[in-house]
Amino acid sequence: MATIEFDNVCKSFGDGINAIHELNLKVDDGELMVLVGPSGCGKSTLLRMTAGLEEVSSGEIRIDDRVVNHTPPQQRNVAMVFQNYALYPHMTVRGNLEFPLRMQKQPANRIEASVKRIAEMLDLSPLLDRKPKALSGGQRQRVAMGRAIIREADIFLMDEPLSNLDARLRVEIRGEIAQLQRELAITTLYVTHDQAEAMTLGQRVAIIDQGLLQQVGSPQEIYERPNNSFVAGFIGSPGMNLIQASLSSERGEIGLRLGSKRLPLPQPVLASYPGLASHREERLLVGIRPHAIHLAHADSTQHLAARVCAVEAMGHETILHLDTELIMHANPKTAADKARENQPHLLVQLNGHHNFRVGDQLRIELGIGKLCFFDADGRAIG
Amino acid sequence: MRLNDQTTSALLLVTPALLGLLLFILLPFATALVLAFTDLRLGSPLAVNFVGTDQFLSLFNDPDFIRALLNNLLFAAVVVPLQTILALALALLLNRGLPGTVAFRTLFFMPVVFPMSLVAVIWSLIYAPGENGMMNAFLQWASFGLWEAKDFLRDPLLAMPAIMLLSIWQGVGFQMVILLAGLQGIPQTLYEAAALDGAGRWRQLLHITLPQLRNPLIFVMLVTTILAFRLFDQVQIMTRGGPENATTTVVYETVQAAFARQQVALASAMTVVFFLLVLSITWLQRRFTHHEREVA
Ligand SMILES: Nc1ncnc2c1ncn2[C@@H]1O[C@H](COP(=O)(O)OP(=O)(O)OP(=O)(O)O)[C@@H](O)[C@H]1O
Ligand SMILES: [Mg+2]
Repeated sequence: MATIEFDNVCKSFGDGINAIHELNLKVDDGELMVLVGPSGCGKSTLLRMTAGLEEVSSGEIRIDDRVVNHTPPQQRNVAMVFQNYALYPHMTVRGNLEFPLRMQKQPANRIEASVKRIAEMLDLSPLLDRKPKALSGGQRQRVAMGRAIIREADIFLMDEPLSNLDARLRVEIRGEIAQLQRELAITTLYVTHDQAEAMTLGQRVAIIDQGLLQQVGSPQEIYERPNNSFVAGFIGSPGMNLIQASLSSERGEIGLRLGSKRLPLPQPVLASYPGLASHREERLLVGIRPHAIHLAHADSTQHLAARVCAVEAMGHETILHLDTELIMHANPKTAADKARENQPHLLVQLNGHHNFRVGDQLRIELGIGKLCFFDADGRAIG
Repeated sequence: MRLNDQTTSALLLVTPALLGLLLFILLPFATALVLAFTDLRLGSPLAVNFVGTDQFLSLFNDPDFIRALLNNLLFAAVVVPLQTILALALALLLNRGLPGTVAFRTLFFMPVVFPMSLVAVIWSLIYAPGENGMMNAFLQWASFGLWEAKDFLRDPLLAMPAIMLLSIWQGVGFQMVILLAGLQGIPQTLYEAAALDGAGRWRQLLHITLPQLRNPLIFVMLVTTILAFRLFDQVQIMTRGGPENATTTVVYETVQAAFARQQVALASAMTVVFFLLVLSITWLQRRFTHHEREVA
């Protein structure tokens, strides 16, 4: 039981690498907070600082209102699941599970009982006398989890614990982790770069990019109201389309100019984004989720012509990469955008299977009620 | 096995090496094995007879040889643990990544590259008798004048320890380098995990470092043990086995028998005993490490 507070925490490594910039974040007692962000954004660094494995360059980390900047890891009562498990290779599964308790000098019978309980909980009983070498990835993962939860730690840190597992096992263990965390109600910081994991697991999600905290909020908040264009592009699979546009007002009616099209904004949209009023005649970014775009009806007046560049058929849904007259905004920070070459495509996510081929012409329509707006610097317009 | 082109050329390529092995290792050893059961003496006009195990019997009734064996055992029993602990301590220190590590590593390793004969000569000077001998002078200074000058190499009680000391000095660098390489192969995350599990420095050494270092440790101890049984150069140069057999060794006795007394057959028997000894140590080591290798 503990709260974790990061107060203006900075971390720079010797050669001018700034891994974390002025981070302010509070994790509540018993909360499962997910840290998510692209590779190299500083997630592990933050976790390691919390564990005491890495020094804080400036600022304060407080656990239960106690500053722990200079507390050695042994005295923080923090349990961690390492990205690579870090099981003790020369010890059996039992030895690994016992180790934290033996370090606490618990009596043998209590250790024995704890090991039994944890082994049953994590289905490890038949494996207790094996060494880590003789375990599968998922089994090692469970041992690492067991070693962390066997003692009553105040805080639970997990660094991409599922990254080495196959998709099925990942979903399964993700569920186990969520359930376990709810049962034990231990404050947990969970690092992942898989945003699907972040969305399903986190009570709150913190998104970090290049050492900067971008947004903290519930998965739904982050999905529906991203703070900035980075979050918009990063969350969701695929992420939000970002389209360059400008606001124009004609005869008192505010509309979006998207390429050669002019899209009047209905009153409800303007009402929920009052900030738009102050951005008239300015360039801005319009964000729209791929599933908020659909094929235009025959009688549609607001359609856009598009050409299919690529099709990803998943069975239950089809993702189309489209070339349109719209100028897409490349979000250079997200990995997905890096993979695409120069001009990003407009992505459309359609339910079910569709028989489109590369080169097909089609007409689409944007769901006008589901737009997000960002100013030229990428900040959300509220 | 089918003799195809590859096998032929492979055989052709290993021939020089095999020939060398045969000529310089297998053949001499086989000869020694045969000679050990005869009464051959160099330069003796008498015919060579097959005497069965007589040589071995006389060997084990020979107080000099028994003393040599005991000396070897004592030497190994003292030098191997001391040298290993010292090497481990040095390796742990150098592994901390403190400034000057490279310089110190080189310094500690330097004695290893010196030929033992040179080391022995230098240490003979260090152990020189009288107050001006370096070791005596140092001990006198360190004990505030309480130390009385000794003639280390001619004192039956001090000769062996003196040789042990210089052997450790000469050998510790080699062990240290091997252990250092082993230490550097231990993943840092194991220490981090142990720290989070509540293990301080000492218990990390006990529960992570030592088990992880198991194989290099066994290796260096084995090599040092074999070297301890091969102890010769120092003895030959510094004490000639004396005083009162205090520093004689199996190899020294063998050389004496073969080249001073021309008892080739007896020397051969000693070689065979020596070989069996080393073989059994190696076998023990294999037994200890084997089960670990399957896992690691
Ligand atoms: N010991 C170090 N010395 C120098 N730079 C470091 C060190 N550790 C991390 N960094 C740098 O700090 C930044 C953040 O690293 P960190 O390991 O926290 O990333 P991450 O978010 O965990 O990435 P990933 O998702 O790939 O694990 C990176 O740019 C990395 O290169
Ligand atoms: Mg990481």
